[in-house]
Amino acid sequence: MRPFDYQRAPSAQAAAELGAAAPASRFIAGGTNLLDLMKIEVERPETLIDISRLPLDTIEQTDEGGLRIGALVTNSDLAADPRVRRDYAVLSRALLAGASGQLRNKATTGGNLLQRTRCYYFYNPAMPCNKRDPGSGCAALEGENRIHAILGASAHCIATHPSDMAVAMLALDARVEVLAADGSTRTIALGDLHRLPGETPHIETTLNDGDLITAVTLPAPPGGRHIYRKVRDRASFAFALTSVAAVVELVDGRIATARLAFGGLAPKPWRDRAVEEALVGQAPSPALWQRAADMVLGEAQGHGSNDFKIPLVRRTLASVLDAACAGEK
Amino acid sequence: MQMTLAINGADHALDVDPRTSLLDVLRDHLDLTGSKKGCDHGQCGACTVLLNGRRINSCLTLAVMHEGDEIVTIEGLGTPDALSPLQAAFVAHDGYQCGYCTPGQICSATAMLAEIKAGWPSHVSDDLEGAPELSAAEISERMSGNICRCSAYPNIVDAIADVGRDRS
Ligand SMILES: Cc1cc2nc3c(=O)[nH]c(=O)nc-3n(C[C@H](O)[C@H](O)[C@H](O)COP(=O)(O)OP(=O)(O)OC[C@H]3O[C@@H](n4cnc5c(N)ncnc54)[C@H](O)[C@@H]3O)c2cc1C
Ligand code: SF4
Ligand code: FES
Ligand code: FES
Repeated sequence: MRPFDYQRAPSAQAAAELGAAAPASRFIAGGTNLLDLMKIEVERPETLIDISRLPLDTIEQTDEGGLRIGALVTNSDLAADPRVRRDYAVLSRALLAGASGQLRNKATTGGNLLQRTRCYYFYNPAMPCNKRDPGSGCAALEGENRIHAILGASAHCIATHPSDMAVAMLALDARVEVLAADGSTRTIALGDLHRLPGETPHIETTLNDGDLITAVTLPAPPGGRHIYRKVRDRASFAFALTSVAAVVELVDGRIATARLAFGGLAPKPWRDRAVEEALVGQAPSPALWQRAADMVLGEAQGHGSNDFKIPLVRRTLASVLDAACAGEK
Repeated sequence: MQMTLAINGADHALDVDPRTSLLDVLRDHLDLTGSKKGCDHGQCGACTVLLNGRRINSCLTLAVMHEGDEIVTIEGLGTPDALSPLQAAFVAHDGYQCGYCTPGQICSATAMLAEIKAGWPSHVSDDLEGAPELSAAEISERMSGNICRCSAYPNIVDAIADVGRDRS
């Protein structure tokens, strides 16, 4: 690990200022992704700003009847929160499907959103990788790409965003609260936090230097059935090959509302509102699920070892929608 | 950097490079070699310790981040003359072969039983809001962050189930 200057941020504002003043800096929250990458020198911060003691670890009710989740709330605490279990079950389920008990105790809400890809070549400094070393090429395009993207990728990078939590939050219309170094605050729709790679896969988010995520807000709970289905290479403690977060409401045998988000498919948590609109007003049927899958996968492109994801998404989506509509009239 | 860490009920004054993981401080600076290094990347659980009562991977955190926290390692759970209930159950059930993963398994299981008691659901819980069961499926899922290269899993699950049943 490269040497760094360790600073404990006395306040959120001080953290943001420090982050902007020292550009080669990183915030450290749970450290479970950052330290992993620092050990192999993929991350080489010169200044490490410890934000783990900031008072951003509470979950509060908002005036709109939603929740405001502090950036330092751990994945464990969020998954076990009684309001989340009752009203946002898809989020509890997604969190519980991620990582291990030990990791969830450290992983934070902000850190989980900003965790980096698990692309094998990104983790291997001996290989070309445009994300780690811009302009060096992408070893995954012609290499092993079982875990890679079929949607939203570019000729410069086909990495996926690995978070489960973010997929459920996207289906729930979460927003991200950000504090900037100049003291201003703004909120970003979660769908606008991550960028697609295009020609600059090393630029992953719309955040500026020093921007500190302070919270994630959820609107009032959406009714309906909540499902998070994760398909992976082993039954526990593995990243998603694909995942589907669904919140579906059926009224009089027809789909009244549908929210669908996908993980493991793209460089960011993926949501396609046209698909949701096409489902609304329709009666559940296998033919409808196939039409929905056709729409989601319209632009999908496999790269060899991840070709299987295309039929896998088709089947996973059908199975999730079946389960979401089962037993309801 | 100068700092003080509270480990197994005692304060330890240390002078360490800020890059040092909590695991390396335990093993290399304090000679608490019960916590093991399997992967050093959060993937195996051999380094599991309790931080303010919760299980974490000590390889994926920096020692400097833990001044003021209560850290408990396998050495703090029991002694050869006074084994903790889980330590005794691992012996009774032969919950290991080589023993390398065992300290991590026992620290992890200690906190895991407290999580069940607190009503935390898991990925395999049918009901997110009901009281969690202590089934083999629940134990396996909740312990999936602890890999056993010798695959002593059946006996590990039995040992944990025994202690869990006594508590509930
Ligand atoms: C073995 C293993 C298996 C895993 N399996 C899964 C899985 O199945 N599913 C899954 O979703 N995840 C999985 N993870 C990833 C895990 O969820 C993340 O490592 C964790 O959520 C990151 O949170 P953290 O607080 O530790 O982040 P850190 O490591 O502290 O930070 C990560 C990044 O976020 C930045 N950051 C942190 N907080 C803020 C903030 N408030 N504002 C601005 N920037 C911030 C940091 O600067 C850093 O760049 C796994 C990890 C490991 C090691
Ligand atoms: S897919 Fe992206 S992260 Fe992986 S090697 Fe290619 S450029 Fe790097
Ligand atoms: S050594 Fe920490 S998880 Fe493997
Ligand atoms: S007993 Fe050998 S690794 Fe578990």
